[in-house]
Amino acid sequence: VAITNTRSPVRATARTGSWSWLGLAPFASFLALFFLLPTGALLFNAFRRAGGGYGLQNLRASLSGAYLTGLEHSIKVSAIDAVLAAVLGTILAQVIVSSGSSYLRRLVNSAAAVLANFGGLPLAFLFVAAIGNAGVLTAQLSRLGISLSGDLHLDLYGISGVEFVYLYFLIPLMVLVITPALEGLRPSWQEAAENLGATRRQYWRLVAAPVLAPSLFGSTALLFCSSFSAYATAEALTNGTLSLTSVQIGAVLSGNVLTGQENVGAALALDMIIVVVPLTLVYVLMERRTARWLR
Amino acid sequence: VTRSRKPSTMLTVGVAVLAASLAGCAASTTNATSSGTSAPSASAATSAAGFGGMNALVTAAKKEGQLNVITLPRDWANYGELMDGFTAKYGVKITDANPDGSSADEITAIKTLRSQSRAPDVVDVGQAFALSGTAEGLYAPYKVATWAQIPTELKDASGNWFNDYGGYVSIGCDTGKVSTCPKTIAELNNPAYKGKVALNGDPTKANAAFSAVWATALAKGGSLDNIQPGITYFSTLKKGGIYVPVQATAATIESGETPIVLDWDYLNTAKTDALKAKNRTYTVTVPTDGQYAGYYAQAISKYAPHPAAARLWEEYLYSTTGQNGFIKGYARPAELAAMQANNSVDAALASTLPVVSGTPKFPTDAQTTTAKGVVTQMWASAVG
Repeated sequence: VAITNTRSPVRATARTGSWSWLGLAPFASFLALFFLLPTGALLFNAFRRAGGGYGLQNLRASLSGAYLTGLEHSIKVSAIDAVLAAVLGTILAQVIVSSGSSYLRRLVNSAAAVLANFGGLPLAFLFVAAIGNAGVLTAQLSRLGISLSGDLHLDLYGISGVEFVYLYFLIPLMVLVITPALEGLRPSWQEAAENLGATRRQYWRLVAAPVLAPSLFGSTALLFCSSFSAYATAEALTNGTLSLTSVQIGAVLSGNVLTGQENVGAALALDMIIVVVPLTLVYVLMERRTARWLR
Repeated sequence: VTRSRKPSTMLTVGVAVLAASLAGCAASTTNATSSGTSAPSASAATSAAGFGGMNALVTAAKKEGQLNVITLPRDWANYGELMDGFTAKYGVKITDANPDGSSADEITAIKTLRSQSRAPDVVDVGQAFALSGTAEGLYAPYKVATWAQIPTELKDASGNWFNDYGGYVSIGCDTGKVSTCPKTIAELNNPAYKGKVALNGDPTKANAAFSAVWATALAKGGSLDNIQPGITYFSTLKKGGIYVPVQATAATIESGETPIVLDWDYLNTAKTDALKAKNRTYTVTVPTDGQYAGYYAQAISKYAPHPAAARLWEEYLYSTTGQNGFIKGYARPAELAAMQANNSVDAALASTLPVVSGTPKFPTDAQTTTAKGVVTQMWASAVG
């Protein structure tokens, strides 16, 4: 059929082709208006000097002193959290997938979808009320003789606290993005491996891991980006004592103290883009590889 | 105005990018020619006389029938009652955009919304934004009828901005959680206050927190030229576990997480009422060793879509009713001293203000710029 009919579909495509771009127009204009234009304006502002003219002044400022420390902290917090959440999220997702209960799976997926989007000041206060100095859990634990900061080295109002709180939305996010990949591992592959004499361990190492790897890498990159751009929670917990690039952008763009630093804010945002773009590419490429096996 | 952070969700990089570029777009169009939407006479009036007197101003404002304000929370400095009072008195409807926004948001709105009917008519900004907005030519000069009653250091000589209300950095303290409340900044460095002292925000972002650091500097050997001792003192407090860097809010005070809060006296005092309703006592003291005052400023947008209503609003805020109205919100109105002298102040209300001795000194623009630079670079590394 395909051979005898090759010509007519081509002609049909050509005929509708002249109008089909119209369907894409809303998306294209959305992309132009809310992505390309802002990115262009951002680039423009990052290189525009406060006194007039163009130069690298803003970028240099954004990569020195407190701003450089901020970028280092941002990358550190995001990397640690991405790896932790990827490991814990994958384990949780695998437990749920292998349980075989569709009810449990739906329940966890809905919960994860909600929790992955919970953030900001409410999230910060949730943890303050639970494990702050006067928190409910803190009081219970101290009755048992356990101190969160002393014994567990968890300082809610420092870098370890921010990393801990971020896991609250990163682990559910990992569950959401990795579950389809885990579900794509066909039982028949494991059965085939076992028939050929593979141990369970060998199956995971030689079959499942290579198939899952792209998905795992990609998801970890996504978690990194999510943590990298998080903002309000960290600010509420540390009041600027922990410098993070996203918080610093907030201070120069919508604060009540700093004026005339908008261009440094644009340069900081550009720094973030430079960090994030390669990771996004990793995610896209990995997704493409994943799609080859898991569909 | 300052206000709290909104319970915003996580800011994605995309939003950060968008926000950055929107601010940029705004800046890049600053020099474009404006197109005012109303009669040039109202927009150019620099006093009620420009309309032909107060009655004519009222008539013109009533004809406009609408006033756009921005970032005025109803529970801040009694703005809710003031807005209702204005509408009741003059029949001019008020739209309050983005009540929890910041001063930077107000400036952005003036720049990006101009020539639109929903643009802000008047703003209530922190001092830094009063000065930067004047430098950028965003404000229309205006002098209210009681102009002479505003102290010289609380207004721009040509009328671009004029302070409306302010207060002092104060120490709020929950007596149920703290047995002996600190009365001075020096007393804060006491192991008894471990895990109890907090600020209302990030000093690089929230004016209340920035001012608290400056008040601390004044108490610990610093000056208006030198904010460093304040940062050093907070570093000491942090190392001793006394300063907790969580953002103090009504919720953290109520939960007992932050029983001692350095904040503007009018914000701390406003919290006493809410806690009193729960049978708790929250005291507010202006520390004698670090008296630092800060004022907000009114300014009329040069591009105000309702220029007469904007000017009438200023006349209302600087009337006896308006100024006493600020006191009801525990803020100190700009004309307080003059009103005390001519007995137009509501004495019962004034007695609710925390006691202060002496007259405040205000930093110059250059001193403020230097201090901000030091705090931006040093805060995280010294206190973190």
